[in-house]
Formats: sequence, C-alpha cells, structure tokens
Amino acid sequence: MKNRFQYFSVGLISVWLGVFGLLSFLTMVVISFMQHDADHIALMHFTFQNYYDLFNPIFFKIFLKSFYIAGIVTALCLILGYPFAYIISRLPERLQNLSLLLLLLPFWTSSVVRSYAMMSLLKTKGLLNSVLLALGLIHQPLQLLFTNQAVTIGLIYNLLPFMILPIYVNLERFDRSLIEAAKDLGANYITAFRQVIIPLTMPGILGGCTLVFLPAMTLFYISDLLGGAKAVLLGNLIEDQFLTANNWPRGAATSVLLTVIMGIGLLIYWVKSNRRINYDSVI
Amino acid sequence: MTRSFKSIYLLLIYAFLYTPIVALMVYSFNNAEFSMLWQGFTFNWYHEVMQDSNLWIAVWHSFYLALSATSSALLMGTLAAISLYRYQFRGKNVLQGLLFIVIISPDIVLGIALLILFSLGNLALGFWSLYIAHVTFCIPFVVIIIYSRAKSIDPNIFTAASDLGASELQIFTRITVPMLLPAILSAGLLCFALSFDDIVISYFVSGPGFEILPIKIFSMARLGVTPELNALCSLLFVMTLTIVCASQWVTRRKKQ
Repeated sequence: MKNRFQYFSVGLISVWLGVFGLLSFLTMVVISFMQHDADHIALMHFTFQNYYDLFNPIFFKIFLKSFYIAGIVTALCLILGYPFAYIISRLPERLQNLSLLLLLLPFWTSSVVRSYAMMSLLKTKGLLNSVLLALGLIHQPLQLLFTNQAVTIGLIYNLLPFMILPIYVNLERFDRSLIEAAKDLGANYITAFRQVIIPLTMPGILGGCTLVFLPAMTLFYISDLLGGAKAVLLGNLIEDQFLTANNWPRGAATSVLLTVIMGIGLLIYWVKSNRRINYDSVI
Repeated sequence: MTRSFKSIYLLLIYAFLYTPIVALMVYSFNNAEFSMLWQGFTFNWYHEVMQDSNLWIAVWHSFYLALSATSSALLMGTLAAISLYRYQFRGKNVLQGLLFIVIISPDIVLGIALLILFSLGNLALGFWSLYIAHVTFCIPFVVIIIYSRAKSIDPNIFTAASDLGASELQIFTRITVPMLLPAILSAGLLCFALSFDDIVISYFVSGPGFEILPIKIFSMARLGVTPELNALCSLLFVMTLTIVCASQWVTRRKKQ
C-alpha cells in the first residue's frame, strides 16, 4: 500500500516534468542543430550553421546591445535601489512594513498593465511631455516613446523591487554596532560605508544584480511596447525568429545560447556568494 | 543624510512607481479620444469596456485557466514535496534535477521549448497547450513552498499514525494535508497570480481560438494608447489593490 501511494506521487510528477521539462528542452537543443526549412519545422540534417549565424554582425550587434541595456538597467537599479533599501531598513518597524507594502503594491498587477501605463506616460502627447511643455522647459514635444531610453525606463520600472528586496533583507539583519565600532576606530562615515556596510551587504547586491540583469535581457514585451519596431533585447530576437521570420532552428539556437549565458550568470553568483549548489536550499 | 533628504528620496521613488498608474486612472475618466488635455469627466470608456464581450471572454478564459492549472499544480506539487520529504527512493536525485531544470530555465526558453514540443506532437495551440505550460511553470513554486513547510513537521507523527494502522492514503488525507493547509493555500494563491499574469510563456503557446487577458491587453497595447484600454487597466489595478488589501487585512486580523 505504501509503495502504491509513493509510486503514484513520484511517478506522476516525474513523468510530467520528464516530458514537458526535460524532453522539451532536449528537443529544442536537437532542433538547434538542424537545418532551416521554410515548410517544416526543421530538416533532419545536422549542422552548426545556426550557431555560426549568431556570430554574424547583425545578430552579434543585438547581443551586445542587449547586454549593454541590461547592464545599464542593472547599474541604475542598484544606484536607485541601494539608498532606498538603506533608508527603509533604518525606519521603525511599522513604517518599514508600510514602505515595503507600498513598494510591492504596483507589482501585484500584471506587468503588461504597468508597461502600458509607462507607455501612455511617455508618448508624444503624454503627460510627461505636457508637463514639460507647460513648464516651458521644452518648446517641442520630445520623442520619448519608441527609444532605447524608454525601454531602459520600462525595464527599471518593472525590475526595481528585485534589486531592492535582496539588499533590504541583508541590511535589515545588519548589526548597527559594527558601524559604531568602525567609528570608534577612527573611520568617518564614508570609510565605514565603503569598508563595512558594502562588503557585508555584498550577497544582497549580487543577488539583486542577478535578479535584474538576467530578466532584463529577455522581457521582450516591454521592449515591444516601449521600443517599437526596433528589436533591442535578446528576447525580441528569439520572439522574432519564432513568430515572424519563422526560422525555428535559429530561434532554438538563440535560446540555447541564452540558457548558457544565464547558467554562467547564476554560476558566477553562486561562486561569488560562496554558496555551494545545494539542492536543499533550492527545492 | 538628513531626515528631510531621506523622506524626499523615498517620495521620489514612490512617485516614479505610482505616477504612471495614477495618470492612467485619471485619464481613463477624460472625455477625449486622443488629447491629454482635460476635456471633462466621463464614464464613457468604462461603459465601452463593459460592453466589449470579447474582453470578458478573455477574462473568463484567464480565470478558468488559472484555476485549473493551479489545482493540478497543487496536486502534483504537494504529492512530490511530501514524497521528497518522507521517502527515500531510487531516482530522488533525478526528480530534484528535473525540478532544478524548470526552476533555473528562463521563462522565454520554457515557452519556446514547449512550443516546439507541441508542434512536433501536433497539439493544437489553445486551452490544453496553455494548461500544460502553466502547470509546468507552477509546479516548482508549489514544491518549494510546501517542502520548506513540511520540514517543520515532526516525523514521529507519521510513524505513530502507521503504527495505529493508517494506510499511506489515510495519512496523506487526514494528517499531512491538514497540517500543511496554510502552505498549500499560499502556494495556491501564488500560482493563481502567476498564471493569471503570465505573458512570456503564454505568448508562445497560446492560439487564436483561446484568448487570455494578458495576451489580449498586450496586443491591444501594441496598437497604441486608447482610453478604453486605460479604463480596463485601471479596473484591473483597482481589482488587485482590493484583493491585496483584503488579504493583508485578513492576515493582520488573524494575528491579533
């Protein structure tokens, strides 16, 4: 009896994840090594062409641009988010909870809705332009929407809490007497910040950067809505290969490459934060 | 850092987070099709949203997709979490590895891997493809939440139950599930929210025959800003606001 229950529980999920997780990934890897064919998904013919294609200048430029935008987004999130996390971690507890609730409230709505809100704010006849015109700061409406800056702003808007929360968790546990100790030993505030607070909150910083940088490369719908027709993210490249160009093998190759990049990113995070890959902490 | 500087900084960040949403809500009452100038107050756009039957079909689709995906993911995830906690079995590492793959793979990659699998298996894109995808990405969340709660159960309880003659199924329904109920509920809420809002994975595995809300909003937003969409998005925001505040209020009352 015990065995039957156990076999059922383990069997059900193993089969499900085996087919829809592992098998689908393996199929994707196999397809990425096949030849492109206009009428079928792929031709049964082994080739490295799809990977080779990705290093041609057009695609390589998208790769670099995607990295560049994700890097800028991560840096800006860190610059904006660190002081925010620091300030709220010093508030009295009731206010801390309220601040966190206010921070997370917008994130319970769909991220498409939020991106759309940003879109209507930035458009040529949108609120931001109207305000700037009324204040006399500009004389012509600015072209804000459908630019790389708009994509950057949209990504920051969607990813900022992922930077703030891990840093906040670190800062909240932070022992204040360490700063006093540093001051007693003659450090001024800046030295104490650089040599005590930053190193001790490094795990939070690294975690936040990982949580912002990796999604920033793939959130294709934000770049679709705010960046217009210009594909700027790796995610757009994949979307385009599958739904417009209909070149599935190349799209699969791009995804495999993306997975490898993500894997390397996570590995760096684990090594840097001195955490062994421990299944118990993940599962 | 002085006190006022701190408050101004916090206010600026909150302004960044809330201005787009507040502006959207204000303009959803503006009596003008394109202009951002205030042309008077109207409920017209809400009226139009209410009349749009396609939209409400999409809402209904999203709702029952989220409900069915959540219940299946809860069933499989709970059983798996409990087996991982209670039993030693061959291939335990394999199961953990499978979960690990789904956890670390980016959403977009899971979406297209499933799209490829469905096309090769000749499964038409529609409810079932979305259902499979949503169950798959929800399972790891359920396993993580329930496994971490199950660790706090005293294993002697299970031994005692089987000494008293309970079968494994009885232990599951009469002991494990009641003890894990809070964790199961919070996992269910999370799955429902994830499934209801998901766009990246759904975008690849949805078909024209079964439209869901996030995809519908995405395709409407691609065509540009319209007052009707402003009204719809404001409605959705107020809805989530109410639900979040209500659940906060309920948990706070329970604590007291």
